[in-house]
Amino acid sequence: MNALILLSILAILVLYLGLYKAKNALLPVSLLGLGAGLILALLEWNSGAAPIYDGMMHFDNFAVAFTSIGIISTMLILLISKDYFEHISDNVAEYYAILLFALVGILVMVSFNNLSMLFIGIEIMSVSLYILAGIRKNDYKSNEAALKYFLTGAFSTGFLLMGITFIYGSTGSFDLGLIKNYVISNPAEISPLLYTGLILMIIGLSFKVGAAPFHFWTPDVYEGSPTIITAFMSTAVKTAGFAAFLRLFMICFAPLHDFWMPVLLVISVLTLFIGNVTALYQHSFKRMLAFSSISHAGYLMFAIIALGPDSVNSVVLYAAAYSIASIIAFAVLILVKRQTGSDNFESFNGLARQNPFIAFTLTIAMLSLAGIPLTAGFIGKFMMFSTVLSEYHVWLVVMAVINAVIGIYYYLKVVVAMYFKSAERSEIQSSPYFNFVIGFSAMLTLIFGVYPSFISNLF
Amino acid sequence: MEILLLQIFIPLIAALIILLSGKSIAKSLSGIFSLVPLLITIYLYVNFIPDASTQFLVDIPWIPQFGIHFKAGVDGISLLLLILTNLLISIIILSSFKHDIKNLNAFYALIFFMQSGLLLVFTALDGFLFYIGWEIALIPVYFICALWGAENRIKVNLKFFIYTIAGSLFMLLAIVYLHLQTPGNSYDLLEFYKLDLDNVTQSWIFWAFFLAFAIKMPVFPFHTWQPDTYTEAPTAGTMLLSGIMLKMGIYGVIRWLIPVAPIGFNYWGETALILSVVGIIYASIIAFTQNDIKRLIAYSSIAHVGLISAGIFVWNLQGLQGAMIQMLNHGINVVGMFFIADILIRRMNTRDMNQMGGIAKPTPLLACTFLVVLLGTVALPLTNGFVGEFLLLIGIYNHGIWLAIASGLTIIFGAVYMLSMYQKVMLGPVHSSTAVINDLDGTEKAVLFVISILVIFIGIYPQPILNISEAAVVNLLEQVNQKILVK
Repeated sequence: MNALILLSILAILVLYLGLYKAKNALLPVSLLGLGAGLILALLEWNSGAAPIYDGMMHFDNFAVAFTSIGIISTMLILLISKDYFEHISDNVAEYYAILLFALVGILVMVSFNNLSMLFIGIEIMSVSLYILAGIRKNDYKSNEAALKYFLTGAFSTGFLLMGITFIYGSTGSFDLGLIKNYVISNPAEISPLLYTGLILMIIGLSFKVGAAPFHFWTPDVYEGSPTIITAFMSTAVKTAGFAAFLRLFMICFAPLHDFWMPVLLVISVLTLFIGNVTALYQHSFKRMLAFSSISHAGYLMFAIIALGPDSVNSVVLYAAAYSIASIIAFAVLILVKRQTGSDNFESFNGLARQNPFIAFTLTIAMLSLAGIPLTAGFIGKFMMFSTVLSEYHVWLVVMAVINAVIGIYYYLKVVVAMYFKSAERSEIQSSPYFNFVIGFSAMLTLIFGVYPSFISNLF
Repeated sequence: MEILLLQIFIPLIAALIILLSGKSIAKSLSGIFSLVPLLITIYLYVNFIPDASTQFLVDIPWIPQFGIHFKAGVDGISLLLLILTNLLISIIILSSFKHDIKNLNAFYALIFFMQSGLLLVFTALDGFLFYIGWEIALIPVYFICALWGAENRIKVNLKFFIYTIAGSLFMLLAIVYLHLQTPGNSYDLLEFYKLDLDNVTQSWIFWAFFLAFAIKMPVFPFHTWQPDTYTEAPTAGTMLLSGIMLKMGIYGVIRWLIPVAPIGFNYWGETALILSVVGIIYASIIAFTQNDIKRLIAYSSIAHVGLISAGIFVWNLQGLQGAMIQMLNHGINVVGMFFIADILIRRMNTRDMNQMGGIAKPTPLLACTFLVVLLGTVALPLTNGFVGEFLLLIGIYNHGIWLAIASGLTIIFGAVYMLSMYQKVMLGPVHSSTAVINDLDGTEKAVLFVISILVIFIGIYPQPILNISEAAVVNLLEQVNQKILVK
């Protein structure tokens, strides 16, 4: 749990650095702190940690894995924000600090052992994100995003809180262990209040992870926010949302599988279709990514539907693969948009000729998101499919396959633009930071794709 | 070092080297590299014991916690396809030397990359590995066709790519399902063979596999991507697709579809057979009306592949052996045909056959080799096509006389449009534009001589090739027939 403390202090430290105008120190300090936090988190791997703070949190292997994904994504995003953020805003220190606070919220979300901590974690993260979405104060779209995000977020928090209350009302506790005991010990006389609470929590969490039919805020918020924030939201934040979702259901509600499974099944299929079919019609690359991120939420939901020993592994791998690929996509988008001023598919035309390296990494990212073999995304989808098939949901996988095919179409659109269409354009100048981030991520994508044993047998 | 690993990975290494090498030496490098896998295949052939066993076995744990192994081996059926792949890749690379190709090191690297995938498909004995090879072979050829193709290439190839991926994802679904049914949760093909699944399950597994393979071959009505893709692709791409890649589908049916779901095959094999025969008739009729030389060859290829697939679905020794040898023959002939078409198109600047004519006079060598390849394609006795199609037709005849009549007559009918194509293009009065055409030179000669010799040699003395696969085919037949009988 030392990582949590370190990151909280780091965020405050960064805020002070901003106060003393030490702009150049912001990035190195944040990165060093995050690196140290990552090491601290990894040190707790397999340490057999018991719940801490009177049972409020439990930093088990599950938490370590998702903390690591969160921290690594944040580090990569910070690296690409070096050039980017200073162009769009003066409040650089605040940006770093708030991002780190959001990360602290994520850490709480993935290690909660008590429903009140889940709520606190989500709120720390969300409040930070509301600010980040609107950090371009003079931009209407950014303001719109922040407002929409805030209103829907607050609304969904209401559902979540109501659900927690109902569950408390029926079980008499916020503690995950005690709730589980309640569910197991009186299977015959579970209070209807608990079921109501469960449904409300599903709604609240679906809002947070952007699953249909509670997804409608995602496209506008993703599009309106500064791209770098969108990258953060669709990687670290989404992963954390699913980690919390999975953790809650895995620990507490696994015995009630028959009750909530059909609900999630419907949500997941809806999410897949709405996300994919809408993404098909987008002209803007950024909006396409927003909708495709909705569809990925549908795939991630599979692991919860087929709750079993492989679920955690599948979510870790899928989330990691998806996050790395998304970071490449957003990083390249930032570069392209800076040059052409547009984020439409056409602005990628002919990129391969001028910037073969950038085009190549983006191709790998797109293939990974589309789930083509030898990329991490394929292994992620493959594990999801296996997990679901092992529970005999053959039809769900057939739906997923149809959606995967739709996905390939729109992911390839950008590859087609880059390689097969030509346009007059000059070479994009990208900084070493960018090159490092996209190169490193592409390499990880391929390594996990060819030899997934690194992270696929953690649990 | 396992020889089979060398066979599979040398093309991959070659791809990397060529990609990083300079453009000036890319051509000669790829020429040399294309011979290495061929030499290894010859080594395999020499050391191959012609029985039903799987030889040169490699088995390395790859992703142990899912039970995925890098398990590959060669039996008679695989060996024939290794010969086909490596021989044709050499020919295809040689045939591209005349072309002016932009970014040619990327072009050749993609061909070698694809070769690795193909070899993986033809040797894999692990479901996951097979699927990986299946997709690895697809990605490079997509880029080859979409980067170096004709005007309409983007749309056409997107359709091709999505079509094939859609099919293969259903296959993946079936493979994962089978994996979950095996006792030790393995992807091993032999474990799949041992499974004893109920009728309904086998039926949908049959269709899931069939969809993937039928799209690849292509079998009617899953063929709609094929003519456009063949026409728009660069010649090397068309050759790769028609010469080698569609054999992946045929091989898949023999190795995976029927042995894994024998009961499913027992129920639905007849439907697949009829689809194949309908494909023969349909494609022949359309081929008859084509004026575009590339499209004509594309449709005739659908017809010929339909016959091969029909020969497999009748599931007897003659049909299967015919299919095995005809796979090789079809590969050689279709590559030859597309190469000749390409020579004509480049010299005439048109694909329209009505604008050609009288080409035979100024180009005797071309006319001669064209005729040999054409006769091989229409299965004249003493050419390679005859051996294969004869066996295939016997196989189909043993199954049912009407199907044999339908497919046999169509193939004869096929000879008509092929010969009339020859007449339109090569014979007739000499136009002003055709009088000045150059005859074959340099590598063109080499390619067409090699192909013509193969056409005639296999036609006269097919026994060595039939021997390669016979034991394995007999064994596979018995294995499946026993399972069907038990039920």
